[in-house]
Amino acid sequence: MMQPGLYQLLFISAALFFIGVYGFFTRRNLITMLMSIELILNSVNLNFIAFNKYLWPDKMDGLFFTLFIIAIAAAEAAVAIAIIINLYRSHNSIDVENAEELKY
Amino acid sequence: MPNAIIIALIPLLPLAGFLLLGLLGKRLPGNSSGVIGTLILLISTGLAIYTAYGYFFDYGKVDGIYQKLIPLQYTWLEFSKGVSIDMGIFLDPISVMMIVVVTFVSLMVHIYSLSYMKGEKRFATYYSFLALFTFSMLGLVLSSNIFQIYIFWEGVGVSSFLLIGFYYDRPSAVAACKKAFIVTRFADLGFLIGILILSFYSGTLDFNTLIATLTSPESNQLKSAAAASFLGVSALTWGVVLVFIGGAGKSAMFPLHIWLPDAMEGPTPVSALIHAATMVVAGVFLVARLFPVFAISAPGALHLVAYVGAISAALAAIIACTQTDIKRVLAYSTMSQIGYMMFALGVSKYGGEGGLGYTASMFHLFTHAMFKALLFLGAGAVIHYVHSNEMKDMGGLRKLLPITHITFLIACLAIAGVPPFAGFFSKEEILLAAYQSNSIIYWIALITSGITAFYMFRLYFSIFWNKEPHPHGETHGEGSWAMMLPLILLAIGAAAVGFIPFGNFVSSDGAALESKFHLNFSITPVALGLIGIFTAMWLYRKQNDRPNKIASSLSGLYKSAYHKFYIDELYLFITKKILFNLIGRPAAWFDKNVVDGLVNFTGNTTQLVAEKIKTVQSGKVQQYAIYFLVGVIGLALLFIYILK
Repeated sequence: MMQPGLYQLLFISAALFFIGVYGFFTRRNLITMLMSIELILNSVNLNFIAFNKYLWPDKMDGLFFTLFIIAIAAAEAAVAIAIIINLYRSHNSIDVENAEELKY
Repeated sequence: MPNAIIIALIPLLPLAGFLLLGLLGKRLPGNSSGVIGTLILLISTGLAIYTAYGYFFDYGKVDGIYQKLIPLQYTWLEFSKGVSIDMGIFLDPISVMMIVVVTFVSLMVHIYSLSYMKGEKRFATYYSFLALFTFSMLGLVLSSNIFQIYIFWEGVGVSSFLLIGFYYDRPSAVAACKKAFIVTRFADLGFLIGILILSFYSGTLDFNTLIATLTSPESNQLKSAAAASFLGVSALTWGVVLVFIGGAGKSAMFPLHIWLPDAMEGPTPVSALIHAATMVVAGVFLVARLFPVFAISAPGALHLVAYVGAISAALAAIIACTQTDIKRVLAYSTMSQIGYMMFALGVSKYGGEGGLGYTASMFHLFTHAMFKALLFLGAGAVIHYVHSNEMKDMGGLRKLLPITHITFLIACLAIAGVPPFAGFFSKEEILLAAYQSNSIIYWIALITSGITAFYMFRLYFSIFWNKEPHPHGETHGEGSWAMMLPLILLAIGAAAVGFIPFGNFVSSDGAALESKFHLNFSITPVALGLIGIFTAMWLYRKQNDRPNKIASSLSGLYKSAYHKFYIDELYLFITKKILFNLIGRPAAWFDKNVVDGLVNFTGNTTQLVAEKIKTVQSGKVQQYAIYFLVGVIGLALLFIYILK
């Protein structure tokens, strides 16, 4: 099996990133938006891993960053879901279009 | 040595009274606030007389010369080392004389007001204002430096303002108090600049040092002050002239006198205290206090003092002959008498025999305080009785108000200069001083003294003779003892104080000045005074049409004097037509259009921009995310391509 090179990994990472951004902008459902954010985070993780492996193989910094990001992403998901649940309780919906009271 | 605490208590007791009555007066029952105020002042008066006795007969005189003592000096505001404003007590013959006059007249007015102001709604406030005034005036005369005197100077101005406007529900009183305040403030501007000039050149604010440095001929300060000049007049002369302008404003000298007649809107006892006996002589006192400096800058500044005084004296006397409001007659008479004091200082020299004018001026200040306060309090009793200020509502009151009648007569004789009443002695000295130095002023003064006798007896006969007496309905008679006692005490003063050998106590250089009595010299003024009295008697003793005939034969002069020589109108013309149009309106236009325009422009633009950009905050999360993305991309491009 062919070992993927740096460029292949970066390509996948960029694709993941823009799929996430697209999903974040186009979806109205908050859960889906949250999932898009996870995609973006994971694309970043992939970047870290790839650079670590191919450019500084004798160091571990990229790995640590990735681990931290995974931990923080878990915490963030917990907070985000708590917000979404509260929003659902007050608005009976998790559509962002219905939650735009905070304006001028 | 003098006891500093006792002297400090003289002004501080009225201050305590002011605070007490001002804060708690309304809670005190009935008349007790007045009684408390009077008792406090009684103590103050006692201490003042004790101090005066000690100064004049015990510790004041060293080697035949009265010393200038500073028993208390306290650094109040220190700006830097050596530059500070002090608070102190300055004892010299005139300040000691003044504390006696101020406390005594103030005490009389306090007692008198117990009855006169009875039932007034703001009775306690009235007494607290009186106490504030007394405190400021005592502080003024005891000031040890020129800045301290300025502070108290404004203090008396404020209390005068408050008391003139005491009946604040009368529009005329409100107008009068504003007028008094603005005119005297305007003059005080001159005073302040004068203070700055004098203290700049002498390098000190302290009276003793200031006078010493500016009068010793070899001092550098005097040389530089005399050398520096502006518009062809030396800085020293400018300094004293500006100080004199401040004094002229307070003392109602021509042409800054316009506030005094209007100030009669205040309660009558206040007029007696502030606008006759004490505050209005503050200007004379100020000139006397700085007299050595005035003398060194002679003849310029002193000539100004002399002529302004003489013109004021003559002008006011002529106006007084035509006024019909008895308090206004007295106001003009006050102005005229202060004019006498001023020009007496103006014709004086410093030290020795030449200092006669100085002594005479202070002597006249002293006697005038007695008889003018008496006249005002007497007029107050009359007004209290007939409820009117107008002469035509009076007449024939001599039987109805016997004590007022006798005391008023004594005061009139005193001011007319009839021997042996007090005014005779002081006026003779003034005339003698004028005679010895300046014949123009002597003649003005001589004629004015005749007119003085005339208008005072016009007043006297119009009030107490003229018509047949008719009782004014349900009268309350002459008033209680509280109104009679001050009249009697002041009448004794007006009759007797002339016999004090004043020159022994007060003179320009502190050494005793023997006042000589020249019988031949006195004949002319006394004869003129008697002519004035008899003319007034002929015209006003019985009701007749002679006064009207004379008035109509002198129509032009009479009319212009009746309208106070149109000086008020002139002021109104200058302020309303010229100053307002040339300065006020353009300034208002500039303010409204340019200054306000700028501010409004800023506000309007901000609002306009805000209206446009507020839609950015739409509440749509994804829109924010797009802004964010665009921002990040922009920054990325910036860092990649531009800020490499």
